[in-house]
Amino acid sequence: MASVPRSFLLLSIIPTILILCADFACCNTGRKTGDGLDTDFSGFSVPLEHSFQVDDVSRFRMRGALQLRGGRETSVSLSQSQLSEEDRNTLKEVAAVDGLYKIRVPRVSLTDRQTERQMDGYLTAFVRACSLVESHLSDVITLHTDVSGYLIGVSIVTIPGACRGTEVEDEVDLEAFNTTLTIIAPTNAPQPETALFIERMDIEHEKRGKPQEQKSFFAKYWYLILGGAIFLMASSSAQPSAGGAEEQQS
Amino acid sequence: MKPPAKMSKPTSLFVIFFSLFVMSEAVFEDQVGKFDWRQQYVGKTLFAHFDSHSQSSKKLFLATDKNIFASFNSRTGDLFWRHVDKVGPEGTIDILLLHGQDALMVVGGGRLLRSWDTNMGGLNWEAVLDTGSFQAACFVAIQDTVKHVAVLKKAVISLHYLTNGHQKWVENLPDSDTVQYQAVYSGGEEEVYVLGVVPNSHLTIIAYSLEDGEIIKQRSVEAPWLSSVESSCVVIGQGVLMCVDPATLALYTLPIQAEEAPQFNQILLQSLDLEVSLGFQPVLVSSQPHPARSPISEFFLQLGPDHHVLLQLNADGYTIAALRDFQPAFLVSFATTGEKTVAAVMTPKNETACDINLFSADSGRRLLDTTVIFPLDLNGGKPFKLYVHAFLKKDDSVGYRVLVQTQDHALTFIQQPGRVVWTREEALADVVTMEMVDLPLTGTQAELEGEFGKKADGLFPMVLKRLSSQVILLQVWLAHLWKLFYEARQPHGQVKNEVTIETLSRDEFNLQKMMVMVTASGKLFGIDSKSGSILWKHYLENVQPNAVFKLIVQRTTAHFPHPPQCTLLIKDKDTGLASLHVFNPIFGRKSHIAPPALPRPILQSLLLPVIDQDYAKVLLLVDDQYKVTAFPSTKNVLQQLQEMASSIFFYLIRSDQGNLSGFRLRKDLSTERIWEVVLPTEVQKIVAVNGKRPNEHVHSQGRVMGDRSVLYKYLNPNLLAVVTESTDAHPERAFVGVFLVDGVTGRIIHEAVQRKARGPVHFVHSENWVVYEYWNTKSRRNEFSVLELFEGTELYNSTVFSSLDRPHLPQVLQQTYIFPSPITTMEATLTEKGITSRHLLVGLPSGAILSLPKMFLDPRRPEVVTEHSREENLIPYAPEMPIRTEWFINYNQTVARVKGIYTAPSGLESTCLVVAYGLDIYQTRVYPSKQFDVLKDDYDYVLISSVLLALFFATMISKRLAQVKLLNRAWR
Repeated sequence: MASVPRSFLLLSIIPTILILCADFACCNTGRKTGDGLDTDFSGFSVPLEHSFQVDDVSRFRMRGALQLRGGRETSVSLSQSQLSEEDRNTLKEVAAVDGLYKIRVPRVSLTDRQTERQMDGYLTAFVRACSLVESHLSDVITLHTDVSGYLIGVSIVTIPGACRGTEVEDEVDLEAFNTTLTIIAPTNAPQPETALFIERMDIEHEKRGKPQEQKSFFAKYWYLILGGAIFLMASSSAQPSAGGAEEQQS
Repeated sequence: MKPPAKMSKPTSLFVIFFSLFVMSEAVFEDQVGKFDWRQQYVGKTLFAHFDSHSQSSKKLFLATDKNIFASFNSRTGDLFWRHVDKVGPEGTIDILLLHGQDALMVVGGGRLLRSWDTNMGGLNWEAVLDTGSFQAACFVAIQDTVKHVAVLKKAVISLHYLTNGHQKWVENLPDSDTVQYQAVYSGGEEEVYVLGVVPNSHLTIIAYSLEDGEIIKQRSVEAPWLSSVESSCVVIGQGVLMCVDPATLALYTLPIQAEEAPQFNQILLQSLDLEVSLGFQPVLVSSQPHPARSPISEFFLQLGPDHHVLLQLNADGYTIAALRDFQPAFLVSFATTGEKTVAAVMTPKNETACDINLFSADSGRRLLDTTVIFPLDLNGGKPFKLYVHAFLKKDDSVGYRVLVQTQDHALTFIQQPGRVVWTREEALADVVTMEMVDLPLTGTQAELEGEFGKKADGLFPMVLKRLSSQVILLQVWLAHLWKLFYEARQPHGQVKNEVTIETLSRDEFNLQKMMVMVTASGKLFGIDSKSGSILWKHYLENVQPNAVFKLIVQRTTAHFPHPPQCTLLIKDKDTGLASLHVFNPIFGRKSHIAPPALPRPILQSLLLPVIDQDYAKVLLLVDDQYKVTAFPSTKNVLQQLQEMASSIFFYLIRSDQGNLSGFRLRKDLSTERIWEVVLPTEVQKIVAVNGKRPNEHVHSQGRVMGDRSVLYKYLNPNLLAVVTESTDAHPERAFVGVFLVDGVTGRIIHEAVQRKARGPVHFVHSENWVVYEYWNTKSRRNEFSVLELFEGTELYNSTVFSSLDRPHLPQVLQQTYIFPSPITTMEATLTEKGITSRHLLVGLPSGAILSLPKMFLDPRRPEVVTEHSREENLIPYAPEMPIRTEWFINYNQTVARVKGIYTAPSGLESTCLVVAYGLDIYQTRVYPSKQFDVLKDDYDYVLISSVLLALFFATMISKRLAQVKLLNRAWR
């Protein structure tokens, strides 16, 4: 049971879908953690609670502590303890009756911490207990914030998510959570891209329009005009005799 | 398909070319009115006047609560013209006065004074009035000609010329902060009288000079019993104010023009042998036939809901004589023609009809041969108001026509002797929600269905049954042949295909349906979608004006012999208490099935795909204690619910708390909260939540891309689109939020913020996309944004979708466009199998309905055209969305104040039925991918069949010839 060193992976920010900030923290921690994370973090900690009961009545107990840090670089990490022998048995029983495994976090604000940061109420999410068991406690917990940094929702999924009814024999698999934790802020929806469109139009316009513009009217049709003029002159010199004769006849 | 040469053209040209190539779907001139119809309405009548200017006039003028001034043809009930003013208090019509060819109107709580020309409906003039709330208005005449109109407001009275609206004078009313001025009266003299009251203290009478607005006299009369002039006083006879006091049960008279200090003269009702019904506020009804003359000295006193008395003020001005007692009598009204004034009285005759009779006003005698019968519709409202148009016949007797307004806003016009000329269902001006229901099969089809549907009961009965149904079929066929023969002999045009409720049956392609419309007044209508004729109506009494309705189709027509069943959930907005009305949508009859009693406020209703043994879908109603009531709640249903309980999830939204929460049903029909998402109300408020339509089909699971790989759509049937608006209204900081939330797990699938944006947001959520429209506060324009969700190039689980087992978030693509018009409503087309491409139907404020191809709203439209995007038929990105006039599906048939668009699939995959409703109702069909499954009208059947026949004979002959040749060769 060697404790895996904590690693913070910074997600590269995808330019098109502008995630405000999304940090990742993989936690597969041992019994006692919390060492070396309180000093350099100016963040605060909120409890992550869970509930799994055979009769499906919610009785939330402590699962771990979420370390939240607001500001420009929102980040989150989780320290959690192992499941006890009793918990493991309960979880298996709940999975057997297709019960739910629920988690909850209190409603907090990541930015506005001077004022009362904790509001009443919790954000709750659930996953089927059987899928949690069958995935050997590997879950993905996502925290959602709104534009002003309030936590608005939490979600939990397991990977894989299906319940196939496979028996989990190894007790060791159900001891520690293998949690992937993400915090997601709202993305900015795109605006109509007028600038790019106009730019492209201009380029195309230039490509096609330039050579034609420089030629003037006379430069283009000088031969026609010249031909017409010659024709007119020729016809006017030839006409008087014929036309005059006709007029006299009538 | 497209010539490659076109591809190299500039992008804009390409777009235009492409769009022209794809859609050209305007209506041809000869198709107008063939598949579509429009009905125009005006709303609940507030004021109605007959045009008495000339004897033969057919005009009827109405002002309604929808801020509409309209003129009808009184012979047919058709609209001559209609003026639709602004919605809300700015356009309210306070009063409508009619004199000669001028219709005077005060609009917007005393904001404007308008004069209309009643002949053409044009505006003569408009005058802006001083501020202050409107109280009363009347015509003012000098020397028998009406030249002015007086408008009384809270603190000011003004006189305007009738010819041009110019103000003659305006005067402030004295002590307007204590005295409530409520009435203005002119009897054709040189003065205008204003009546005001200090409640329970005294009455104030002020006479103004017509010439310059000077106060000629001002009187104050003790009246401690009087609280309101408006509701309890009228002017009768030679300027005598008549008031009624319900407390002392007495009438009070007062001559307005009296010189010396006047006093009210009390006449006890008891002395006239009159008695007021318990708890009834007596009402006075008087009549002033001509503004230049004083009112008639006869008046009605209403003593109870169905008790009226015709009284007369004697010449001395103090004593009152009872002319006639009318009991029972629902409604009374005065009407004048020439010099004769008559009173029309409506009395109940029996359960289904009322009598209307004319009485001479000055004697109370009944006029002979004036009885008109008004049929009472059992499915309609009670009579509410009478408008009588009296005229002199050739023999100098009085004839009349009468317009009856009922509580359900319907108008019925009746002519002597008791013929209903027309009826207008004005409740349809305010349709709240609607559904389209398939028509039942014909009798024969149903017979066949029934035969196969029933269980086998022995060989011999089965044979008999088959034989009998064959005989019936034969009969029907013969009848059909006979009908064809008979119709062929009739001259063309005389054959009428009257749609009646008995002849209703489904057509070949299910294009004709029953439109069930629910109106705000609580009246339900069944309308034939093909012709627009109203086939049934049902008025629900006791519906609160602020009720919200939800119409649910529990059983369709597909389950013969069980009748189709619709349920209307009526919920009081304030208390949340709800009731159910269960009915048959084809005939409108109330079902005998008793709906459950709902003692607690209802938060949510959901229709489950679970069906009971009678094929009715189960409706679950969640009350404020999160207890669930099932309807129908038979044993079978409860058992099914228990079995399925763990897979029934539902969500509740409390927009005032910003709370979204999910619940799961337990076996004992209680519920358990399983997820919760809270959007803090300090930041943003939820304005709309929309799931997908349950009857929507998606034909293709993915989109084939240019490189022949497939991009799979994220088709989550439980997905909710939640739209929020920021509480901060500052244009720089305002935003619109779009959240996609899974309704089962509460997982936020996507969360996007449109910055510098503000509502009203209109959006459509369908398939794997959400389209929304908002106002950009920075650029000051309307913009459309489209979100599409894809699973990627591989499907997680291709057989079934489960919200509980979809761990990966979908890819979200989004693009935004400028839309050059504001919109009022939006809906997507819907077809039977979802093969046809989708269009968005956009209702514009101009009343046009735009059919916008979804192709233009595709986040994969490329910025730069590539080989792949060309292969995929993607239109290059252009920031502006075009509006082409040929996309208007309703050509010039605009739908005023369009409020909603309803789409329904038909039996033809290419065809979608569309109903747009608002003030008007418009029904049409749209073909988003053109009529690919229908032969054209001008298809040459003769040519094709003759070619086929010729080929057939040619093969026969050549075969024969070949045989002969072969035989000959064999013999050789």
